Amino acid sequence: MNILVDMNGIEKHFPGVHALKSVQFELREGEVHALMGENGAGKSTLMKILSGVYNRDGGSVKVMGADVQFSGPREAQDAGVGIIHQELSLMNDLTVAQNIFIGREPRNFMGILDEALLNKNAKDIFEKMNVAMDVGSDVGTMTIAKQQMVEIAKALSYNSKILIMDEPTAALNDTEIHELFRIIDQLKSDGVGIVYISHKMDEIKQISDRVTVMRDGEFVGVRDSKDTSIKDIISMMVGRDLELEIEQKPDTSNNTTALEVKNLNRGKFVKDVSFSLKKGEILGFAGLMGAGRTEVARVIFGADRLESGEIFVGGDHKYIDTPSKAVEAGIGYLSEDRKHFGLVLGMDVRTNISLASIARFGSSLGILNEAKISKTATDFISKLDIRTPSEKQEVKLLSGGNQQKVVIAKWLLRDCDILIFDEPTRGVDVGAKSEIYKILRELAASGKAIIVISSELPEILRLSHRIAVMCEGNLTGFLPANSSQEEIMHLATATMQSSNNKNNQISEMSS
Amino acid sequence: MNDTVVNSSELGANSLLERAKRNQHRFWAFSGLIFLVIGFSLASPNFFQTSNIISILQATSVNGVLAIAATLVIITAGIDLSVGTLMTFCAVVAGVLLTNLGLPMYIGIPGALFAGLLAGALSGFFVAKLNIPPFIATLGMMLVYKGLSLAICGGRPIYFNDTEGFVDISTGSIIGHVLPAFPIPNGVLILFLVAILASFILTRTILGRFIFALGSNEEALRLSGVNTDRWKIVVYSLAGGICAIAGILLASRINSAQPAIGQGYELDAIAAVVIGGTSLSGGKGTMLGTIIGALIISVVANGLRILSVPQEWQIVVTGSIIILAVYADQLRRGKT
Repeated sequence: MNILVDMNGIEKHFPGVHALKSVQFELREGEVHALMGENGAGKSTLMKILSGVYNRDGGSVKVMGADVQFSGPREAQDAGVGIIHQELSLMNDLTVAQNIFIGREPRNFMGILDEALLNKNAKDIFEKMNVAMDVGSDVGTMTIAKQQMVEIAKALSYNSKILIMDEPTAALNDTEIHELFRIIDQLKSDGVGIVYISHKMDEIKQISDRVTVMRDGEFVGVRDSKDTSIKDIISMMVGRDLELEIEQKPDTSNNTTALEVKNLNRGKFVKDVSFSLKKGEILGFAGLMGAGRTEVARVIFGADRLESGEIFVGGDHKYIDTPSKAVEAGIGYLSEDRKHFGLVLGMDVRTNISLASIARFGSSLGILNEAKISKTATDFISKLDIRTPSEKQEVKLLSGGNQQKVVIAKWLLRDCDILIFDEPTRGVDVGAKSEIYKILRELAASGKAIIVISSELPEILRLSHRIAVMCEGNLTGFLPANSSQEEIMHLATATMQSSNNKNNQISEMSS
Repeated sequence: MNDTVVNSSELGANSLLERAKRNQHRFWAFSGLIFLVIGFSLASPNFFQTSNIISILQATSVNGVLAIAATLVIITAGIDLSVGTLMTFCAVVAGVLLTNLGLPMYIGIPGALFAGLLAGALSGFFVAKLNIPPFIATLGMMLVYKGLSLAICGGRPIYFNDTEGFVDISTGSIIGHVLPAFPIPNGVLILFLVAILASFILTRTILGRFIFALGSNEEALRLSGVNTDRWKIVVYSLAGGICAIAGILLASRINSAQPAIGQGYELDAIAAVVIGGTSLSGGKGTMLGTIIGALIISVVANGLRILSVPQEWQIVVTGSIIILAVYADQLRRGKT
């Protein structure tokens, strides 16, 4: 079997950080090689070296047997290394074909763009991938899953033999993941080697042939996936065995009601939603991507305006049309997209933690007590075990899990009685994940009312005292904590089934 | 355990380095200023004279104050094109109150300041509540204030001959009374007082923290439960009030409210902000940088005039400096 990539003794330093310490990595033809490690372990840095984004400080990189030293992503691309970033980098207002061949557009003899050939070339690639795609439609109108296909096609258009995928399933639903895996299988059989970065363990077992694990910038080991258990991979990643917590779920049914919403409506994602939430309860919101869970959270928080419906906090009717009113009423919302909506990335840890409660640190003239801010921030840093060199570190330099903890600290400081966590562990590594679970449980135990929105069913089942399931903007039912994944999925597709049935009936009638 | 200790001290040094890096722009801008001063001093003996230095400072006062107003708005990732004509409008308001209505200074000057605050609040309202992009909202208001100034005055300047002491606001020298060797005009004193106050607001108050947060990530601030609309209006109002200070300084210096001038000042102000290292995309900037930027513009204009370079060429040089300053900044950023 041919070896596509052979990296040895890779070294990389950033100011003050030894990011990679003599790391090795090998990729064979036709294999999916999972690269695992907690956030900050150095996976991305290693792949950025392979794809020419960073220069290495030491070690050797061989691509298809030849020593290489890429001076930029373009050179790596020409050498057959393609990368699909977690954040897709397509131009929304251009068509699929235009995106794929940007900068390499075919021209006719007069130097004018040959749009027909452009579309044909794009079509050929998708045919080879066996994917149905309208190459003439604008990328911005497509789902994330489709856009990802465009990215893959773009990488293939460079004849990439090596494809790096960074968390490709983070924003996909089950059907889309299935489709992606089918394409990965096909690429494998064409001899493409794939580096697969993901935090989802079950995917790794399902899709990968080998696993390389990294920790703290070092190579820990490489294993054959089929001979390795998830538990082994996790202990390689964190350097210890994670104890499985014994989950005692308290009975909260007799507690007082913290939040009650009645007949909330907004557009097609929030249709007549009613539910209530007790103090000390963790209510899980399950559903497929686009079921309207985030949208419900956003109207309750006043981030989007309600079309109709009523919100009661502690029994009082509240009119909430801005986040500031929601926060005054004691509701906090931790967005699924913490980088855009949760944090001010360019500001430091202490500022981010104090942002929602800043009035507490100001005199009557608005002059800030900086010492008090720093003191409060350091208290939270030790309480939540936020790993940061100091409270003055910019949050963009922290790992995903630690960034999430900063957001949590911000809301703990604000002391809201009702907290809505939207995908609290997205992009967070296993170690930090169980710490965040612990924080959520402690919050509930202290009497906070909590909503957890999550696309990961095991997470919902593990945390929730009660589960609300949504489908296409409707709340389709509530389930007890000990429900099965199947029961949840049944409700998560409830309205789709009924509309399918209706369609079937109609087609039966017409035939 | 050991690991973390080593790490944090390593990163502590790192943050020092980072701080030095962050201040780099101001360091270079300041070096540039010194370089220009030395260069002009060598080129002409008339440059480094107390009287000339004072006239440079005097010339900086109006643009400097306007640039301070512009800096506040630009750090929020906004822009205020109306600072120049708003300044004139406020001078005209002062003229109406003091000369046409014959009111005393202690009413006329707060009146003009109030007009500035109110006008700023209006721009802020358009930007925050009506979601009009700042460029458009303040472009519109720029023309509105220009037209209003001309309409109120009937196209003729209003003189302040009847208001005793008005000229002293800018050209008198309290410092000169105490230290006759340094007859620094009050206008310059006011510039530095405004700069210190603005710098304090920016770095030490809730408003300042929100100004930076608005420019870095407005949505995250809003979703933290902060009433971002209200704070934006506060920022634009404050900028408007500072423009009024510039208006009074200018009127006092030329002893009149000239309704036809003002347009074009906003570009000098923005140039000073940019040379001083404040990012037009928001979230970054300092008042010290802006003051250095404003001084660079005045020094270049003054020095070239002393060297008898025609005015047309002075403009060309100023334009080139703007591009050079921002390019130098990009170069440094690209390297890290």
